[in-house]
Amino acid sequence: MATFFGEVVAAPSRAGGDDDEEAAAEREETPEDREIRRELEEKREVHILWSSKLSASTGSFTDEQFPCSKFILAIGHNAVAFLSSFVLNSGCWEAIGSVKLWNEWCRTSNTTSVLPTDAFCLFYKLISDPTVLLCQCNCYVAEDQQFQWLEKVFGCMREEDLQVTILSTCPVTDYKTPESTLTLPSPFLKALKTKEFKESICCPLLEQPNIVQGLPAAVMSYCQVWQIPAVLYQCYTDVIKLDTVTIEAFKPVLSSKNLKSLVKDMSKSTEILKKLVTTNEIHNNIYT
Amino acid sequence: MFVPCGSSAPPVFEGFTLLLPAVSVGNVGQLAVDLVIFTLDMPKVGYFYTDCLVPMVGNNPYATAEENSTELSINAEVYSLPSKKLVVLQIRSPFVKNKYRSFCQTVLSWVKSSRCAKVILLSSSHAYQRDDQQLHGTPLRYLLSPAIQKTAGDLMQRLNWKEMEKVAAYPGVNDAEMVLHIPGGGITTLLFSESCSNEIQMAVLLKFCSEGDNIPDALALVNYLNEWLQLIKSEQNSDAPATPSQWKIPHSWRLLFGSGLPAALF
Repeated sequence: MATFFGEVVAAPSRAGGDDDEEAAAEREETPEDREIRRELEEKREVHILWSSKLSASTGSFTDEQFPCSKFILAIGHNAVAFLSSFVLNSGCWEAIGSVKLWNEWCRTSNTTSVLPTDAFCLFYKLISDPTVLLCQCNCYVAEDQQFQWLEKVFGCMREEDLQVTILSTCPVTDYKTPESTLTLPSPFLKALKTKEFKESICCPLLEQPNIVQGLPAAVMSYCQVWQIPAVLYQCYTDVIKLDTVTIEAFKPVLSSKNLKSLVKDMSKSTEILKKLVTTNEIHNNIYT
Repeated sequence: MFVPCGSSAPPVFEGFTLLLPAVSVGNVGQLAVDLVIFTLDMPKVGYFYTDCLVPMVGNNPYATAEENSTELSINAEVYSLPSKKLVVLQIRSPFVKNKYRSFCQTVLSWVKSSRCAKVILLSSSHAYQRDDQQLHGTPLRYLLSPAIQKTAGDLMQRLNWKEMEKVAAYPGVNDAEMVLHIPGGGITTLLFSESCSNEIQMAVLLKFCSEGDNIPDALALVNYLNEWLQLIKSEQNSDAPATPSQWKIPHSWRLLFGSGLPAALF
């Protein structure tokens, strides 16, 4: 198509970018192309590293699946900070594993003592009930890695009345409403649940035509297809960085059946939260 | 892979027509499939669980009331209407890079194992890439795999449909070798050529269009499909295309171009 300046450009399509070139490339792959593609795929593989106490395996599927009754997953730095301040602070949790992955946006770190600005994906189990698993996912999992992440994480679980809770954030500009998003009182929570999830939810359901994408969507799809009760709490916020107001918007979730029993001492939470957010701010300040 | 939903006996698709969209320019195929599912009130019978499509979830796009609005939908779902021997696979997100071939193979092996009678792929192609001849007349085209030529070839003649033209493989250099070229058609060419080599009865119905408000394109494509399958009867007589109002527009088509505008803008 021609632009107003007379140059001819390829028209962008909502249906997905260079699909013709891609399809053509797939048809005409040389052995060298295949080798490069295979090496790239290897580099982008998702590895789950469990601590020796659980099962010493770096592979995708272990012979020993561990029983899991509750899986709580936080995706993104605000959701991660929320669980750190309100759930993980009780000292009853033990780090049991991490995800090692690389993509153009991030490379995860292996250590368990991480800063809110690091890219990491860590697993914790509740010491008093090892079937309760918590995952802090503070890294970007690319489109082609989401399915792998999913299959490898859920592949390690032996489901025992498994209930899944996901916390995630998303820009408020993605929210579709007849009024403008400028006037919306953000941050606000919206929920999505799978068919099998019968518990009450702590906020309104996400209305059509809104959708959820990314890792939260991948996990919810898996749970819907394989009939696992799961709920996603998505916080729509107008702040991109770590922010106390956004984090505190998740508070209604603490009254949900799956999280209620895990919250021990709320008094320290605000303090921990403030510390988390200020550490991040100082870290980002280029003038000091 | 196909995963049935619910605990009742898995659905049977033997002898059915499988309708699916290509993720193509203007998303016309997908919009047309939405119209078919919503107008015929087709129940969901399962999911197409695959790593080839970008994940996405949302609440029921075909909700008509409070009660059925909370059913979760994923990126690829299967709907069926045994009374019309129709099974529909709706695809709601783009392909993951390098997964075209894998998806084609999965779909075609599912078609074979479920013994579907025929497959109809709804697609579209960039309007700006039409040649001088194609600029005139109808923007709708069809393609038939060799396996379906015997059964559907005559019908195409009677309907006076136009077959998609082939183009020179090396224009200007060697005009003898002609190939199928569907720019903006996404997976269409690959799926069609794989169907031809696997002797699957496949038809492609496509429309030339551009990105924009593609609802009229979807209506045109679904009326084109209706000339063949007669899914809904048109009001006046069976020769005229069904009026746009006879196809029901799902509520998920609201706000296609984003949220409302802030008043302060003006």
